[in-house]
Amino acid sequence: MSRAARIGLLVAVVGGAGLLPAFLSGFRLFQFTQVCIYAIALMGLNLLTGYNGQISLGHGAFYAVGAYTSAIMMDRWGIGYGWTLPAAALVCFVAGFLFGRPALRLEGLYLALATFSLALAVPQILKYFEHWTGGSQGIVLSKPRAPWGLRLTEDQWLYLVTLAVTAVMFVLAVNLVRGRVGRAMVAIRDNPVAAEAMGVNLALVKSLMFGVSAAYTGVAGALSAVAIAYVAPDSFNVFLSITFLIGIVIGGLASIWGNVFGALFIQFVPNWAQDISKAAPWAIFGIFLIGFMYVMPDGVAGAARRLSSRLRSKRVSERLGDDAVSSEVRPSTPEGHRRTT
Amino acid sequence: MEIFLQQVVSGLATGGIYASLALALVMIYQATDVVNFAQGEMAMFATYLTWSMLNAGVPYWWAFLATVIVAFVGGILIQRIVVRPVENAPILTIVIVTLGLLVICNSVAGWIWSYVQKPFPSPFSARPLRLGNIVFGAHDLGEMGVTLLSLLLLFLFFRYTPLGLAMRAAAQNPVSSRLAGIRVSRMLALGWGLAAAFGAVAGMMVAPILTLEPNMMGGIQIYAFAAATLGGFTSPLGAVVGGFLVGVIENLVGTYVSFIGTELKLTVALATIIVVLLVRPSGLFGRVHVRRV
Amino acid sequence: MTGRTRTAVLAGVVLAALGLASTVSAQTPGVTATEIKIGNTNPYSGPASAYGTIGKSIGAYFKKVNDEGGINGRKITYISYDDGYAPPKAVEMVRRLVEQDEVALLFQTLGTPTNSAIHRYMNQQKVPHLFVATGATKWNDPKNFPWTMGFQPNYQTEGRVYAGHVLKNHPDAKVGILYQNDDYGKDYLKGFEDGLGEAAKKMIVLKQSYEVTDPTIDSQIVNLKNSGANVFFNITIPKFAVQAIKKANDIGWKPTHYLNNVSSSLGTVLKPAGLEASRGLITALYMKEVTDPQWRNDKGYLDWVAWMKKYYPEGALDDQFNAYGYNVAILMTQVLKQCGNDFSRENIMRQAASIKDLELPLLLPGIRINTSPTDFAPIEQEQLAKFDGERWVLFGDLFDAFRKQ
Repeated sequence: MSRAARIGLLVAVVGGAGLLPAFLSGFRLFQFTQVCIYAIALMGLNLLTGYNGQISLGHGAFYAVGAYTSAIMMDRWGIGYGWTLPAAALVCFVAGFLFGRPALRLEGLYLALATFSLALAVPQILKYFEHWTGGSQGIVLSKPRAPWGLRLTEDQWLYLVTLAVTAVMFVLAVNLVRGRVGRAMVAIRDNPVAAEAMGVNLALVKSLMFGVSAAYTGVAGALSAVAIAYVAPDSFNVFLSITFLIGIVIGGLASIWGNVFGALFIQFVPNWAQDISKAAPWAIFGIFLIGFMYVMPDGVAGAARRLSSRLRSKRVSERLGDDAVSSEVRPSTPEGHRRTT
Repeated sequence: MEIFLQQVVSGLATGGIYASLALALVMIYQATDVVNFAQGEMAMFATYLTWSMLNAGVPYWWAFLATVIVAFVGGILIQRIVVRPVENAPILTIVIVTLGLLVICNSVAGWIWSYVQKPFPSPFSARPLRLGNIVFGAHDLGEMGVTLLSLLLLFLFFRYTPLGLAMRAAAQNPVSSRLAGIRVSRMLALGWGLAAAFGAVAGMMVAPILTLEPNMMGGIQIYAFAAATLGGFTSPLGAVVGGFLVGVIENLVGTYVSFIGTELKLTVALATIIVVLLVRPSGLFGRVHVRRV
Repeated sequence: MTGRTRTAVLAGVVLAALGLASTVSAQTPGVTATEIKIGNTNPYSGPASAYGTIGKSIGAYFKKVNDEGGINGRKITYISYDDGYAPPKAVEMVRRLVEQDEVALLFQTLGTPTNSAIHRYMNQQKVPHLFVATGATKWNDPKNFPWTMGFQPNYQTEGRVYAGHVLKNHPDAKVGILYQNDDYGKDYLKGFEDGLGEAAKKMIVLKQSYEVTDPTIDSQIVNLKNSGANVFFNITIPKFAVQAIKKANDIGWKPTHYLNNVSSSLGTVLKPAGLEASRGLITALYMKEVTDPQWRNDKGYLDWVAWMKKYYPEGALDDQFNAYGYNVAILMTQVLKQCGNDFSRENIMRQAASIKDLELPLLLPGIRINTSPTDFAPIEQEQLAKFDGERWVLFGDLFDAFRKQ
């Protein structure tokens, strides 16, 4: 797709999404606001795990840090929610970088488990620093009202703000991935030894990616604090981190727009499962999950990639004959464990 | 001194729980190269089957044996039916499938047996044993013993039997193993079966302490992962040692580091693991991968 | 509730968006001439899923009410969603109930963090938020939150009851406390410490906490024994209460043992821990404990068993939560009956706030429900009881938190 077409598509999608408040109730808008928030969080995780090959099972921790940064700033210091977003991004960037630095020595499974430990420790730490975090009771916030006398409900305003932030974060991510840093991080994922031989500063890029990834998820967390208007340690348990992992695999690793699908999945499929079966809703969810993986093991983005390349090769082979079909370059997976059986 | 010893003993008892589940985790990783997130839930499900049998009047050791067999078969079936279709998929896809398995096991167990906690009997005596002023639970000792016995059996199996050798080969190098005449996919299925059986034993040992409920394994699973990480995912011995270590460290920290006390016990245990990993990234007993450039 | 398909939901959204008037009149949202819609969220999955049976038992009781003709000719439509004990999910499900399902009121939403998350929303939307299933203290605040009402005696009050008893009977005691590290545990702890007042610093020699995800609390018990405590306040959920009682017995520690009400079940706690080991335990009760043999021939108990067998056969007869759900559903039914034909939300709230001396079949004899426009705590009475190896023997006066104010 040409650049102009791509920009046009983005504008159309965002513009279309921006019109939703005219048609949807407050509750539905709330759900779609959540979808946008999850999309940002998944974006962060995907940058680290999909593009850079570092598996993290602990992004719930950065989500929590972002949420609490925002909550504490709004509740204790009366700072407007707009300022809390960059603040949360900064705090989480630093936290991610600081965690990523020593984690350089860990690979694959061990990194995953180290990050898992982080996610587990976070609720306990939040409860411990009661004075700041309100402990188990949490912090109650107020939803912001639309400014400048705009005739929008709180839900509508919040949705539009979140949508705008999501669009900005996505554009930034696309630029990052296509730039030098993006190529460096993909190189590190696919062949760290060769990347280093080519002059990529492994330690710097990997730690940087941790920081950036954490910053993204932190911004999502900050937005969620405003949207739910409440933070408590119970909102950030280990299942949240696992949900994020599910989201990026469903959406497709190393994909930007796949994260929207991942976000839609983790927001709505549990609800559908509940509607299907009251008795064992999570069993239905599990079946959905497994079925999805059978049909689209590379996620939605991966399936789309395969489909488009098959169409392309079909077109090429129709024009030039089968010998001319080029082998496609598919993004490989972290610690690429493709079995050669 | 006495309190130190008592805490170490309690820590070993708790650690035994972690160790037994960590062993099953490492087992399946060694045999199939997959981290099975559903290990704990499968063990819990097997334990519920035992409970149903005991409830119907079956004597303990018969129910025990029956469960181990059913778990073994169940593990094989799960590998054949659920995991094989995604065998060649990226590792994270397989992880998601095991996560799906996790929620299914948990949800179905809750649906069949409800979420009310059920007491589960122990085959060992309920009376505590005393050594001086230190108190040992008979069940705790028994359970540690069973874990160590499992470890020994596992070690002997993998080291000295042709089948064990075949399984290890299949996991480490499927291509060469095929050339050597090993039925790789059969080995994988066997690996799952064995791990499920070990998990069932772990579940039955652990249930008397934790009380049987669908969420019984959730918290332990986390510690089991931590233990396996600490010990090294490639070493069953490491998993067991890791489990005992995590249990003991947890208790000692909770007792002696007073400014942390018990409110950050989990955090400290996890921090310890991360620190160990920084010094030895593949765990205490894990195989160190040296990459030649 | 069940079987609501995705297309139906989408259709509902479209209808709402097109602004078509629903079949519900603006004056009495959630209520028509034939139907009363009651909303609820419960943790049917996740770490607190053991409580989910409360939501189910409530549904089963409303089925009985419907079978017997409903309330003033209207059948109850009970819609209950799973929130997994997660505040964000609770917010989403409650918004669904209020904005999409358009329920008349929310009943028995469970959990302190989940209810905290929806507290402000319910009051902004002016929807009755009744009889919340949590023992936290903040639900009795009619001035600031006129639409939210609690139900059970709150944890802090219970803590104070025990503290009072300790001060009276063991003034020189050394107290050790084991508590769950969350709002439930900390609430009890606060009540207890407040009740001891200035003596707290001197009397409390050791506090130990644990997380719900911990496998055992043996280590904590060992530390508590070692601290020399001769009074033990045990703030644990049933799973850990069993361990605590057993371990204390095993290591030969015999303090005066106060057990929190949440774990007072004979069937699920005392029997597995050992009836002999549990002798001497003190707790505060407000309900008849359904595994306690002293209520074997009690009419309230027998009616409950009959109802369980007919309407909730898959529920366990030794699960106190099923008795709790049954009891509180009777209260809700009573409030609705009192509404007569005026089912506006204001009137529902008004009726909930004017209950006088109501007895429920599974409350201890002498305990009555009372509410008023300034008193949003329906049950404020408790009775101390001591376990004699066979049953909870009630002793002392009925403790009334309302009068003590």
